[in-house]
Amino acid sequence: MTAPMTSPQFKDNAHRALGDAQLQKALGNVRHAVIERRAAAAAALPEFEALRDQARDIRDHVLQHLDIYLEEYERKVTAAGGHVHFARTGDEACRIITGIARRRGAKSVTKGKSMVSEEIGLNGALERAGVEVIETDLGEYIIQLRGETPSHIIMPAVHLNQEDVEQEFRKRHTHLDAGRNLEDAETLLAEARGILRQKFLAADMGITGANFLVAETGTSIIVTNEGNGDLTQTLPKVHVVVASIEKIAPTLEDAAAIMRVLARSATGQDMSVYTTLSTGPRRPGDVDGPEEYHVVLVDNGRSAMLGTEFQDMLRCIRCGACMNHCPVYHAVGGHAYGWVYPGPMGAVLTPSLMGVDKGGHLPNASTFCGRCEDACPVRIPLPKLMRHWREREFERHLAPVRVRAGLSLWGFFARRPLLYRLGTSIAMRAMGWLGRKRGHFARVPFAGGWTSYRDFPTPQGGTFQAQWKKREKGRQGISR
Amino acid sequence: MLLFIGSFNLYHTSLPPASTISRMERGAAETYFCPVVRVGNLATVEQDDKDGRITTGNQGQRRPRVALLVTCLVDLMRPSVGFAAVKLLEEAGCDVVVPSQTCCGQPAYNSGNRATARALALQVMDRFSGVDYVVAPSGSCAGMAARHYPELFTHDPNLAVRARAFADKTHELVSFLTDILGVTSVSATFEHTVTYHDSCAGLREMHVKRQPRTLLESVEGLKLVEMKDAEVCCGFGGTFATKYGEISDAIVSEKARNIDSSKADVLLAGDLGCLMNMAGKLSRQGRKMEVRHIAEVLADMTDAPAIAAPEDGSI
Ligand code: SF4
Repeated sequence: MTAPMTSPQFKDNAHRALGDAQLQKALGNVRHAVIERRAAAAAALPEFEALRDQARDIRDHVLQHLDIYLEEYERKVTAAGGHVHFARTGDEACRIITGIARRRGAKSVTKGKSMVSEEIGLNGALERAGVEVIETDLGEYIIQLRGETPSHIIMPAVHLNQEDVEQEFRKRHTHLDAGRNLEDAETLLAEARGILRQKFLAADMGITGANFLVAETGTSIIVTNEGNGDLTQTLPKVHVVVASIEKIAPTLEDAAAIMRVLARSATGQDMSVYTTLSTGPRRPGDVDGPEEYHVVLVDNGRSAMLGTEFQDMLRCIRCGACMNHCPVYHAVGGHAYGWVYPGPMGAVLTPSLMGVDKGGHLPNASTFCGRCEDACPVRIPLPKLMRHWREREFERHLAPVRVRAGLSLWGFFARRPLLYRLGTSIAMRAMGWLGRKRGHFARVPFAGGWTSYRDFPTPQGGTFQAQWKKREKGRQGISR
Repeated sequence: MLLFIGSFNLYHTSLPPASTISRMERGAAETYFCPVVRVGNLATVEQDDKDGRITTGNQGQRRPRVALLVTCLVDLMRPSVGFAAVKLLEEAGCDVVVPSQTCCGQPAYNSGNRATARALALQVMDRFSGVDYVVAPSGSCAGMAARHYPELFTHDPNLAVRARAFADKTHELVSFLTDILGVTSVSATFEHTVTYHDSCAGLREMHVKRQPRTLLESVEGLKLVEMKDAEVCCGFGGTFATKYGEISDAIVSEKARNIDSSKADVLLAGDLGCLMNMAGKLSRQGRKMEVRHIAEVLADMTDAPAIAAPEDGSI
C-alpha cells in the first residue's frame, strides 16, 4: 500500500501550516542556513557547474539505457551471492520484503533512511506482519515516535524545533530519569544513540535505501551523516536494500562524480560523513556483514515516465536543493504537499506516480520563480515539467471552472486586438477614474484571491496604446 | 523479470538522443533562415568590438529599429512606464515603433493552455516583424518570447525557426540598453534611497542582475541599498497570486519585511506584475513606501503618482 495522501486538500493543508507558529519557526532554518551553505560549497569549487553538467549527462545516459544497466546490475549482485527482486508496484515490494522477514522469522527490523520505503508504505506493511520497525536515522526516529511522515526528503524532521524533540523524548523514553538535562542538541543525540544502540544489536533484519546502485560491480551505496546506515546493514543477519529502478549508476566512477554535486547541493558539505558501499552478503573470511543480501527494485510508476515529457524528472538524485530554495516550501513546509515528496520535485513526481487528479494542486502551487531549477544539481527543468502537468490538467478540464472561464475570456479578447483596445481603453479609463483618489482598490469583484490580502493599484487611466496613437498622430509617426 | 520495463526500450531506440535533435534544429535554422535574417543584418547596428558601444549617426548607419512590446500590464495599468521605455530607447539612438498588441500569451501558457498561447505568440510574431529588436519593459514578458516561444513550436519546423529568430531579437529593456546598446549611464535625478527587487524571470531567464544597478548608480542623488533576499520571489507568479492567495500573501509579507528593513524609501523593480503585488501589500500594511518601475527613474519621469499611491502623490 502506498503512503496515505492528502494532496487534494493542499489548500487546507497550506492554510493550517501558515497558521502553525511552531512550524513557521522551524522553517526558518530552511529559509537561510542550508541555502547559504550550498552557495558557499558551490562557489568554493570552480568546476561545480561543469560537474552539474556531467551529473546530468550521466543520469540521462542511465535513463536511456536503463534496461541494460538493470540487467547488468542484477547479474553482478547475483554473482556476489545476493538476490535481486523486481517489484512493479509498492504493494509487490512490500510483499517481497515482508516475505523475507517472515521466512527469516524476523521480529525486529532496523531501517536506514529511505524515501522509497515511505512511498510504498513499508513500515505499515511490516508492522501489520507483526514485525517491529525501528527507524535509525535521528530525524526519522523522531518522527516515527511522533507518528509523522518526513516533511523533507533529506531532513525528515525539519518541521520540528529542538523543544518539540525534547518534549517527545521525555514523553517516550519514560524509563530514563525524568530530571535529566536535555537542553542541547548533543544530549538529545546521545540519548537517541543510547536507545538505538540496543535496537541495532537486537535487530534480525536491516533495511536501507540506496543513493546509487552500481551496475559494474553490483554495489549499493548509501551516504549518511550519522553512520546509522552502516550499523543497519552490517549487524543484522539479513540486509535488504530497497531502491527505485532509476538509482543506477553505470560505474563506481560515475557514482563518485555525482556524489561531488550531491552533498554540496544537499547540505553544503563537500562529502557526506559516511559513504557506505555494500556488495552481496558476508564472504568467507569477512569480519562482518549479513548472511543474506537482497535488493528490491521498485518501479511503482517510473517506467511509465520513461519516454514521456516527464522522463527528466527521473534524473533526480534526491538532494533536496529544490525544496530548500522554494518560496512555497518555505511558506508551508513539506507536510502540506500531502504525500511523500514535497517541494518542486514532489510537485512533478506526485502527479506522475499518483495521478494528476490527486496531485493536481502541486504543480499549480508554484510561482515559477525558477530558483529550484537553478539549484538542481542535475539540471531538471522543474518549472517546465510542472507546466506540462498544467497542460495535462487543462486538456482534461481539471482546472477550476472560474479560472478557466476567466482565462478563456482573456484569451478571447487578446486574440481580437481591435476589440481588446476598445474594451480595455474604456475599462481602464473607468477604473482609473474610480480609484484615482486613493490610488488603489481595497476590493475588486472576482479578484478576492488578490484583494483579501493586498490592495489593487489603480490604473493610471487610458491605455498606453491609446495615448501612443495620439502622440504619434501629433508626430505623424509610424505606428500601425 | 524485466518484462515490465521492456515496453520503453522500443520507444527509446527509435529516438535520436536529445542533443542530436537540438543540433539538427539549429542547423536547420541557420540554413533555412538565412535570406530572411539578411534583412535584419542590414539594419544591425555596428558595434565596436572593444566595449560593445554602438556607433551610430555620423557614420551613416541607420538607427536600430525597435518594436516596443509594452506588455499588457503596462498598457492597461501604467502607461507612464511605456513612455519611459520609449524615452530611454530613443535617447539611446533607437527608432521606436509600437505595433498594435494585446498579450504575449504567458497567462495562457502558464495555465497549460498551449493552443491559446500559440495563437497569441503567432499574433505577436506577425505584428512585430520587420524590426531589428523587440524590447519589453519586463523580464517576464521578454522571457516568454525569448525563452518560451521556441518551446511552443517544437513540432512545426518552420514555425520553430521563426520563433527561434524572434526569440533571439527579443530583450528585456534595461539589459538591452546596457548589453546591446552599450549605455553606461543615464541623465536623471532622483534624490532617494532606493532598493531594487530582482524579479524572477528577469533574473533567471534573462540574466538581469548587475545592469539595472549599473544604470541606477549613474542617477544623480540616488542611493542604492540592497535588501535581504533581493533575489527571492515576491510571491506574484501571475495567476498564482489569486489562485493561492494565502500562500502568495505569506511570501509577499516576507518580502515586505525585507523591503522595510532595507531602510530604503523607494522600491524599484523591472516587472509591473511583481511591483503591483509588492505595492499592493505595502499599501495594505499602510507602509510609507514609494513603488515604481525602474524605467520611470532611469528616464527621469517620476511625476506620476507611485504605484498604488493616491492622486495627490502622498503615500
Ligand atoms: S529535483 Fe534536483 S534539486 Fe530537487 S531533489 Fe531532485 S536532484 Fe535535488
